[in-house]
Amino acid sequence: MTTAAEIAARAERDDIRKRWLLSTPALVIIFLAGIGPLLVVVLYSFLTPGPYGDVKWEFSTDAWVGVFLQRDIFDDTLGIADAHLSIFLRSVRLSFATTILTLLFGFPTAYFIATRPERTQALWLFVITIPFWTNLLIRTFAVQEVIRNEGILNTALIWLGVTSTPIQILYTDWAIGIGMVYVYLPLMVLPLYASMEKLDFRLVEAGYDLYATRFQVLRRIIIPLVKPGIIAGSILVFIPSLGAYVTPRVLGGGKQMMLGNLIELQFGAGRNWPLGAALALTLTVIVTVALLFYVRYAAHSEQRHG
Amino acid sequence: MPANPDRGAIDVRGVSKIFGSGADRVAALDDVSVVICENEFFTLLGPSGCGKTTLLRLIAGFDFPTYGQILLHGQDIAPLPPFKRPVNTVFQSYALFPHMTVAQNIGFGLEMLGKPKDEVTARVDQMLKLVKMEALKNRKTSQISGGQQQRVALARALAPQPKVLLLDEPLSALDYKLRKEMQIELKRLQHETGITFIFVTHDQEEALTMSDRIAVMSQGKILQVGTPWDIYDKPSERFVADFIGETNFLTAKVEPAEGGKANATLSSGKTIAATVAENLVPSGEATIVVRPEHARVVKGEGHLPGVIDNIVYFGTDTNIHVRLDGGGAFIVRQQNTRSAGSGFELGEHVGILIADDAAQVLKD
Repeated sequence: MTTAAEIAARAERDDIRKRWLLSTPALVIIFLAGIGPLLVVVLYSFLTPGPYGDVKWEFSTDAWVGVFLQRDIFDDTLGIADAHLSIFLRSVRLSFATTILTLLFGFPTAYFIATRPERTQALWLFVITIPFWTNLLIRTFAVQEVIRNEGILNTALIWLGVTSTPIQILYTDWAIGIGMVYVYLPLMVLPLYASMEKLDFRLVEAGYDLYATRFQVLRRIIIPLVKPGIIAGSILVFIPSLGAYVTPRVLGGGKQMMLGNLIELQFGAGRNWPLGAALALTLTVIVTVALLFYVRYAAHSEQRHG
Repeated sequence: MPANPDRGAIDVRGVSKIFGSGADRVAALDDVSVVICENEFFTLLGPSGCGKTTLLRLIAGFDFPTYGQILLHGQDIAPLPPFKRPVNTVFQSYALFPHMTVAQNIGFGLEMLGKPKDEVTARVDQMLKLVKMEALKNRKTSQISGGQQQRVALARALAPQPKVLLLDEPLSALDYKLRKEMQIELKRLQHETGITFIFVTHDQEEALTMSDRIAVMSQGKILQVGTPWDIYDKPSERFVADFIGETNFLTAKVEPAEGGKANATLSSGKTIAATVAENLVPSGEATIVVRPEHARVVKGEGHLPGVIDNIVYFGTDTNIHVRLDGGGAFIVRQQNTRSAGSGFELGEHVGILIADDAAQVLKD
């Protein structure tokens, strides 16, 4: 005899099994594309580098030590890895600057587009995204053409008499910054636009009506209301900036490295895969910490605004 | 405080607002002039697209007139931005700030004016009391009902003590019962604060019940300005008569009579006494209007004979539709008495009797 309770329990078990079965494709993808590779990277970071790249299957913490410390080649003492540290700092600094600058340029751009008549908005968005469809390498080389010593910018400056000798921009942090701002601007503009497009501009009028000046309307009404767009845009720009590889490679000339280049070096000429893996994980940790702080700050200031 | 007819709060002088150019050129306002008095409840009434909201936006400062002046207590405010005008607006959609609480919304204007904090708090509390929203002061505006949002919008606009309050169809989103309540509430607030209210609506009933004076607008022009009685009983133009209430239009031969009135000879050959629209000398063929409740259906001939077409009962009154013998239709509205029917039957031959001076001769 089966009771009603048993039947119900079985039906529920079947239901749960069915749900797991249906979510299998999603779980497989999450594991194969997300957690799995991450575990492989973690594993590699605890192995010993092989002589011609690859790894030897011997446990070692050398890679992790090597992220922050370096062994002196003469007396084998450990010191702070200054080179790595300065690359970390440059990466964070440049990514931060890129985020701020794209926000400064992107905000008015997005506002401009969002306040156009509806039928022309699509056109403006199209213009903003065209460069995005062009190969990244080509765009980066184009920036190089503009800022190099014999490039358009310096030629114009000399012709105008602003300077007599070319200003060295290429192969400096400035060049990387300019390149990254240019490359990542659409990533800031699009989420900002998405937020602003939803903004009820009658609220802006209400603000003016209630004696708020243009700046006060911006600070007290527009910015709080488009904050989701600001957060999304900042994250979308900051994360790829931190791991940027092509832009610093081309515009920094290999001298001004960023984290992406340092990691690439370990898998290429450096032939130190475990160190590369450890550096990659360090990058992941930096991004995670930055995101946690940012989201917490954003949520906090949201509360403060009421 | 009663309306002060001697002092103009807002003086609109020859204002035009033109959008677009060339073939797309649209005159949303076409040479509009009107004086709105201090402490007055003034209504701009008209169908959508008549320019009433445009005029309101020009007074608020969201748009600027193409031609003309807008004077506030004698000072031309037309070139000033909205944040420099002592004028506040209650928006049709309320436009409450969703990221602020009820109290923060109400205090926003005062804060922007740079008032000290304790003054802002005191005034916000006062306003909350005025609109009976004390209990919900710390709610977000998304957590309160439509009627409550309406009250907050009112309190927010009244808090900075503007010289003039503009209301852009503020009741249109409310259901019937709430709208009735808010109409009385608005009248009370206007009375208590003594602020000039300029109210925009397309609802003629709302306009008639609330206003001290009404301006009827159509196609960017003000057609008639007057008290609700003037507008309803003495419409000057066909549009005004047609837009407000139910109306019977008749064609008659008119000639001037004593006291600025007219004698109108109807198609039936009978003559009735009629009032005349302002600045009009009646002569020849003209349109006259008669409100349905100002005529009676009688057995016999009356002024206009006809056949009853339809009898429509709606509680307080009954509308009797009469097809006139000379062509055309006429509606008579009679008040119902208990237990008696309309006293008439479909198809019955009857006459329509028009009270003395119930008819008005129109300009066109």
